[in-house]
Amino acid sequence: MAGGSIPVPGGLGSAADVAATEADGATWLEHLHSWVVTVDHKKLGVMYVLYALLFLVVGGIEALIIRIQLFFPDNHFVSAETFNRVFTMHGTTMIFFVAMPIVFGFGNYLMPLMLGVRDMAFPRLNAFSFWMSAFGGLLLYYSFIGGVGLQGAGSAPDVGWWAYAPLTSRAFSRGHSTDYWALALIVSGFGSIGAAINFIATAFCMRCKGMTLFRMPLFVWLYVVSSGLVLVAVSPLTAAQVMLTIDRYLGGHFFDTQAGGSAVVWAHFFWIFGHPEVYVLVLPAFAIINEVVPVFSRKAIFGYPAMVAASVGIGFVSLGVWAHHMFTIGMTSISNAFFVLSTMLVGIPTGIKIFNWIATMWGGKIRYRTPMLFAVGFLVQFLIAGLTGIILSVAPFNWQLHNSYFVIAHFHYVIVGAILFAIFSGIYYWFPKVTGRMLDERLGKWNFWLFVIGFHVCFDVMHIPGVLGMPRSIYTYEADRGWTGLNQIVSVGAIIQGIAIAILVYNMIHSALKGQEAGPDPWDAWTLEWATNSPPPPYNFAIEPVARSRRPLWDLKHPNDPDEPLEEG
Amino acid sequence: MLSAAVALAAAGAQRAVALTSNTNTSIFSPESTPSRSIYELSLFVLAVTGGIFVVVGGLIVYAAVRFRERPDDDGSEPPQIFGSNQIELSWTIIPVLIVVVLFLATARMIFAIQDAPKPAAALEMSAIGHQFWWEFRYPALHITTANELHIPVSTDADPRPTFMKLTSADVIHSFWVPRLAGKVDLVPNRINELWMDPHTPGLYVGQCAQFCGVEHAKMLLRVYVDTPEQFAAWVKQEQQPGAQSPASAAGRREFESQACMNCHAIAGTAAHGQFGPDLTHFASRKTLASGAADNTTENLERWIEDPDSIKPGSLMPSMHLTPDQVREITAYLNTLQ
Amino acid sequence: MTTPAHGHAADSDWRLPSRGRVGMFSLILAESAIFVIFVVAYVYNIGRSTFGPQPRQVLELPILNTIFLLSSSGTILMAERALVKRAMAAFIAWWALTIALGAIFLLGTAQEWHKLITKDGLTISTNLFGTTFYSLVGLHASHVIVGLVMLSAVLVFTLLGALKPEHTEKVEVLALYWHFVDWVWVVVFSVVYVIGR
Ligand code: HEA
Ligand code: HEA
Ligand code: HEC
Ligand code: CUA
Ligand SMILES: [Cu+2]
Repeated sequence: MAGGSIPVPGGLGSAADVAATEADGATWLEHLHSWVVTVDHKKLGVMYVLYALLFLVVGGIEALIIRIQLFFPDNHFVSAETFNRVFTMHGTTMIFFVAMPIVFGFGNYLMPLMLGVRDMAFPRLNAFSFWMSAFGGLLLYYSFIGGVGLQGAGSAPDVGWWAYAPLTSRAFSRGHSTDYWALALIVSGFGSIGAAINFIATAFCMRCKGMTLFRMPLFVWLYVVSSGLVLVAVSPLTAAQVMLTIDRYLGGHFFDTQAGGSAVVWAHFFWIFGHPEVYVLVLPAFAIINEVVPVFSRKAIFGYPAMVAASVGIGFVSLGVWAHHMFTIGMTSISNAFFVLSTMLVGIPTGIKIFNWIATMWGGKIRYRTPMLFAVGFLVQFLIAGLTGIILSVAPFNWQLHNSYFVIAHFHYVIVGAILFAIFSGIYYWFPKVTGRMLDERLGKWNFWLFVIGFHVCFDVMHIPGVLGMPRSIYTYEADRGWTGLNQIVSVGAIIQGIAIAILVYNMIHSALKGQEAGPDPWDAWTLEWATNSPPPPYNFAIEPVARSRRPLWDLKHPNDPDEPLEEG
Repeated sequence: MLSAAVALAAAGAQRAVALTSNTNTSIFSPESTPSRSIYELSLFVLAVTGGIFVVVGGLIVYAAVRFRERPDDDGSEPPQIFGSNQIELSWTIIPVLIVVVLFLATARMIFAIQDAPKPAAALEMSAIGHQFWWEFRYPALHITTANELHIPVSTDADPRPTFMKLTSADVIHSFWVPRLAGKVDLVPNRINELWMDPHTPGLYVGQCAQFCGVEHAKMLLRVYVDTPEQFAAWVKQEQQPGAQSPASAAGRREFESQACMNCHAIAGTAAHGQFGPDLTHFASRKTLASGAADNTTENLERWIEDPDSIKPGSLMPSMHLTPDQVREITAYLNTLQ
Repeated sequence: MTTPAHGHAADSDWRLPSRGRVGMFSLILAESAIFVIFVVAYVYNIGRSTFGPQPRQVLELPILNTIFLLSSSGTILMAERALVKRAMAAFIAWWALTIALGAIFLLGTAQEWHKLITKDGLTISTNLFGTTFYSLVGLHASHVIVGLVMLSAVLVFTLLGALKPEHTEKVEVLALYWHFVDWVWVVVFSVVYVIGR
């Protein structure tokens, strides 16, 4: 029944009539203008995602520079200084200007559609947030030009993405590149906080009739938790960056160890942000998986209330684990033990999620289209990544593994293996909704398998140099340490991933122009975004839909077996 | 499986390294109590996480394969199941139990290592991190040296653990010699502690493990674990002022008339600088500039002429000396056994 | 669904929380996190200055100032009540009084800073105390300034007669912000002038 016209509340037919008129006869300048001044959540969502994909290529090229440099011991592909800049920019770009905006983009585009409403709670704040984030990215990259006050081009921050004090103080970091780094994060931080306020207000205050909190798609719930974390976690980063700027510009002493300030306090502030931040990124990945796995398994999500509770639980616990990044900084044994425990506790709600996804697949009829392939990849890889996280949380083991390539492998496993996989899954899943055209399945399979292979060649192997004592952030290494061959395999894996991403980019451009028409509901799915046209008209729904259960379209398609009594029983 | 794979591969690679050199830095070939305890704990943790991986990974793969849609499917939807409190409770409780076990094992080890009592026979010394080199002080022995650490072997018969205080003169560094102990950071304005009791004499290498600036990668560490006799001889040697032979007097004069003495100290001479490494027994070191190069005459000349050619970004400036001056100073430094 | 199988009472009175309030509470949560970090930095650094004036030597309790600011929380409440009743004259009076109290508070802070800078020689770069003090108190003062600007804008609109009944909720949301600014001062006051001295 895919693609057929469904008697949906809000009426597809009427929506289709109006959609066609929008683009008629506009010049490209008018088009551009309409995108720049837009407050429409769909356009903003698309801009977020495109902007993030652009930076993914930039950050990916930086990753390739890192990997080429480490291909040989004593390599001279780039200088020590350049290498340090490149890995700092790689980390900062990927976290703040790839992962964050892409996640916000998905939320922006989908949340109002899933809730059956016309826009976000604060459309103008939404536009403001996007442009702040975008401006932050430009500021960061402007440091390449302006980092040494325009006299010598080619500078950028070289302090690592965690930017430990006092390396960032004026004494140890001259020029202005660190200032641009701090400013970029302050500015994009305001954007993130604005976006988070908007998500929360939208979920609570913008729901179509009948869409009670416990009928909201899990996607929306996860964005609520993730946004809550943004509010309480990104703000401390902003505060810390303001302090750093005070130190650097007004001669303050917050982190000035010569004047009694503390380097450890910066580390605490950074990780009070930094740890919840990784959950800010992974919860939206869960959100995508929560939609994709049920639809392609043809089953309702297993244990909805437990999933909500687990998400909220993860949110709360993750606020109390930050110092597991600081086991070697010299905390007391009691604090170390405390942070071991709190960190391990996160595994419990996370486990619940994994098990519920498995249970959702159990007894289903799984359709292996590209989104589901990426989702299964996510499950396996997130499991492994979580377990290496547990390994790292064992403080004594961490004293060995901290700041080694094992850590780099752990978090790329989560960020690439889980988050990026989920995002690619989401791109293949919702691309038809956004553009009205399907992504090419054959290219999709190539994209998936190349990325899986590249990923495992790169990041599975990367654990080993860590165990063999290879620290991170080094631009070169000794030939006699036995790390060379392993590094070469890792680098080859990185290149394969690059090819996979290039295929994705090509697939997106190609399919947007020439792809097969999708129709409103190509996956035979159940949430409200599939009840309107692809792409949805500016006002989303001609008539506001009404929700009677968690799966309004299921009820519609299966009048004899609706969800409602089951849920409420 | 994953963990086992990592362990296996690491063990293999490590054996290959161990055969060829003593530059093995694997955390799985411990040679001292803290690193060995960590190793044992890590085996336990790897077994537990490996077990979880096999079970849960197996479930994922089974579900993904077993419940795929078959080509002959009739297109009907499978039965919809919304949850089950019993099942969900069980997969909450089992992880809770696992966490409890892991936590207790971990906590025990944290206290055992971090709060270990300091025996009276312990050697007490301190390490001070500098941008891109290490300073080592043995206050009781009145020794200050740099980059290459000497400590005594510690055996059951004659336990002689080394207790080290760590701090930094500038930014955060981290002391990591994987086979001897877990890493501990050197933080300015703060004193951390670390101990190790290596059981086998020999050379152990490691390096700075906290990004500390341009040359973080070349802030290498060499720890010589000496037999009691070797250690006593080394201490005696280090306690002497720098050897002063008349043959190298020209070089010494050059050294003392250049800026060198503002940054470097050589006991028994006018050089008392604190900014750079102590050079009193420089010639007895195997490497130059914290492991950036072997300590050969040729490298030393290159270093003095232009440190950036060996370690770009190091905080020692090029003094723009004439080749003759360089040769004389090198000859002098080479006498500082 | 278009013809529901069983009727739902919920549909007829489908009510959602006010997005203004939810948004403002979210903002306040984020702002609180920022203040927490500055407060922690202040508390952690108490007594750690290695040189220069110490809090005990230079700080005086700004009791009067505190009373002004806290009572503005009361006056804005009165203003809100008047607005709900559409008693516009009373609203304007209470609202203007709130602004005046806030402005006096700012003047007091300015005076204090003037004394600290010119007489005691304490600036933001003097020592750790100076850095943390000016940052925390300054952060709060900047919030007061933002609040005053917005309160004044409302006053101007009201005087121009542009404040319609449908704006009541917006005014109440703004008042929430003002309450927050007032109550943060209680924290700042206790940390800086009571605990820290
Ligand atoms: C974005 C995502 C993300 C996610 C989701 C996680 C998830 C976790 N991380 Fe990771 N982490 C990072 C990103 C992420 N991390 C980054 C970026 C860094 C490095 C930053 C830097 O230094 O630059 C880092 C670093 C990092 C460290 C510090 C390493 C170091 O520098 O020394 C630690 C230590 O505890 C850690 C632990 C964990 C744990 C325990 C989880 C847990 O949430 C995992 C929970 C999941 C599971 C456990 C699997 C599923 C559960 C079951 C199947 C149930 C049964 C399991 C048990 C009972 C255990 N992480
Ligand atoms: C979202 C987060 C994210 C992502 C996706 C990645 C992706 C990758 N990362 Fe990165 N990484 C971080 C976040 C991320 N990383 C962070 C936070 C750090 C810590 C930084 C720090 O220590 O300060 C880090 C550090 C880090 C290091 C350690 C550096 C060091 O400590 O010295 C390494 C080393 O191998 C690395 C490698 C890689 C690789 C190979 C990929 C690959 O997956 C990338 C693959 C992608 C490409 C190769 C894209 C190329 C695409 C094209 C070329 C397309 C062609 C163009 C068109 C068709 C137009 N990363
Ligand atoms: C501005 C300070 C400064 C001056 C002047 C200076 N040095 Fe150095 N020197 C250093 C620093 C800092 C290092 C450590 C560099 C590193 O390892 O990163 C160093 C390292 C060395 C080393 C290697 C020490 C070791 O333990 O490996 C030698 C030898 C040396 N300097 C000799 C000299 C000579 C000879 C001169 C004068 C011609 C001189 N230095 C002038 C700062 C200085
Ligand atoms: Cu010292 Cu890195
Ligand atoms: Cu963390």
